[in-house]
Amino acid sequence: MTNYEETMELVSLNDNSRKKYYWKNHLFYIFIYLMAAITILVLVAIIGYILINGIGHINWEFLTSEPRSMGREGGIFSIIIGTLYLTVVAIAVSAPIGVLAAVYFAEYAKESKWVKTIRFGTEVLAGIPSIIFGLFGFTFFVIFLGFRWSILSGGLTLSMMILPTLIRATEEALKTVPQSYREGSLSLGATKWQTIIKVILPSCLSGILTGLILGIGRAVGETAAVMLTAGSALGLPESLMDPARTMSVHLYILASEGLSKEKTFATASLLIILVLLINTIASKVVQRFINKAKA
Amino acid sequence: MKAYEKVIEKLLLICAVTATLSVILITIFIFKEGISVLSDYGMINFIFGTKWSPTNGNYGILPLIAGSLSVTIGALVIGIPTGIACAVFLSEVAHKKTAKILKSAVELLAGIPSVVYGFFGLSVLVPAIRQFILPIIQLFNEDASTSGFSILAGAIILAIMILPTIVSISENAISSVPIEYKEASLALGANRQETITRILVPAAKSGIISSIILGMGRAIGETMAVILITGNMPKVPGGMLDSVATLTGTIAMEMGYATPEHQKALFAVGIVLFIIIMLLNLFANFTLHRLGGQAND
Repeated sequence: MTNYEETMELVSLNDNSRKKYYWKNHLFYIFIYLMAAITILVLVAIIGYILINGIGHINWEFLTSEPRSMGREGGIFSIIIGTLYLTVVAIAVSAPIGVLAAVYFAEYAKESKWVKTIRFGTEVLAGIPSIIFGLFGFTFFVIFLGFRWSILSGGLTLSMMILPTLIRATEEALKTVPQSYREGSLSLGATKWQTIIKVILPSCLSGILTGLILGIGRAVGETAAVMLTAGSALGLPESLMDPARTMSVHLYILASEGLSKEKTFATASLLIILVLLINTIASKVVQRFINKAKA
Repeated sequence: MKAYEKVIEKLLLICAVTATLSVILITIFIFKEGISVLSDYGMINFIFGTKWSPTNGNYGILPLIAGSLSVTIGALVIGIPTGIACAVFLSEVAHKKTAKILKSAVELLAGIPSVVYGFFGLSVLVPAIRQFILPIIQLFNEDASTSGFSILAGAIILAIMILPTIVSISENAISSVPIEYKEASLALGANRQETITRILVPAAKSGIISSIILGMGRAIGETMAVILITGNMPKVPGGMLDSVATLTGTIAMEMGYATPEHQKALFAVGIVLFIIIMLLNLFANFTLHRLGGQAND
């Protein structure tokens, strides 16, 4: 039915079609509001359910003692350390590469076919699912390069996974630096590289930081790729070549083997709190960045 | 001075190609490991074989493909209407403050690790299906039975997980429809609802479609949530309450204890998954760029 016909029917004050017309309108809004409400409720339900069941079991002892009998008892100290090491390795490798790559894309790259190709490659990397990274990390780092199941293998695999996030965030940040900064610096006789290091990068530091924080969030939450590359050993890792178990891998193993309800919920709560904290910090930094850019 | 600048530019270029090199390296190594199984076992036998039983040397991945597809389609059926509704809510219906609440909710959903979703599904959804959904089904079909580990559970959790992708890209697409479209529609006497359903959403079509394709890619590639709640039974499913094994789940579950031959087969599963995801991403990219073209016209 066309708009015109509908309107004419309304004009002719046909009671039935008028009712239909209003009902359609109401139903539409009811549907939209309902779906939005459900989405918020789902989030509250997931976070609420896990925190209510788990937060009571998080205490000093849980955080600082070693897991005993496969994680059934004790705490998750070595797992926190493992998570930390792995994240640090991932960030240490990917941060310089990611930031410098973004500098190339934003400041040096010209619109050529070649640049388009490497841009496209970066997008493709972002779309690869984590299990494929896991398979790759296993055959390349663990077997081919002989790094075994280790923090090094896991960290390098993670660094590949978060690289696109870092590049994208940094490039967005670089784009917000006003052109006049570059012109000012160049006209004072600075070279392009001096301009980038001394003027451009410092003025968009918080944007870069956001990318880093989001990368950390992704590294902490990642499971499949880490399991296949860093292993799932419970001991306290002592060097880069030791295997390690991260919090999300620990949660998976506890959940799938049904070892201890209490410890599973506690680990899940800790993971959620950590990730929420990381995301909140990231969005706070973004907000500050936007405010600064406006001013 | 000039030479030094040139060296730096080259160094930056090396960093910039790292991501692309990674993609190439990943492709080479996944194919290198898996291709022998594909050629020895036969492409057709591998993809259309109905029996996945690695201990007996049966590597037919049809059940795994069926498993991945069924949870993905289920997730899309739930996720698409919800996602588009939320996108419309954010861009056209909500007041600024309410929109902000939903927006941060969606962002938080995107931040929750997949293993946490899996754990939630395992401890809430799976028992709920066993206790509440099964009796309802049994009213119509007395033979129905389920452990709760099912396509339905997987589909619901995946729908939640792909929601952020669908919402954020669709919202962007709807918001970037030129305001003249909206003004013209309203000026012609259409009300807000008609403007949204007949003008704005159709005009944002290609953005919305690419958000759906990206969501689909995410659902197919998802591992940890699915592995905990779909039951991991490599059988072609007969209904929503059946257990299934997915491509991703099978790789993650079996990699730890696989024999070398079996491992190669898992890499071959990885090749299939890799190709599916690549095609979806290319397709999404294609539709998204067409949207860019339209907006410039």
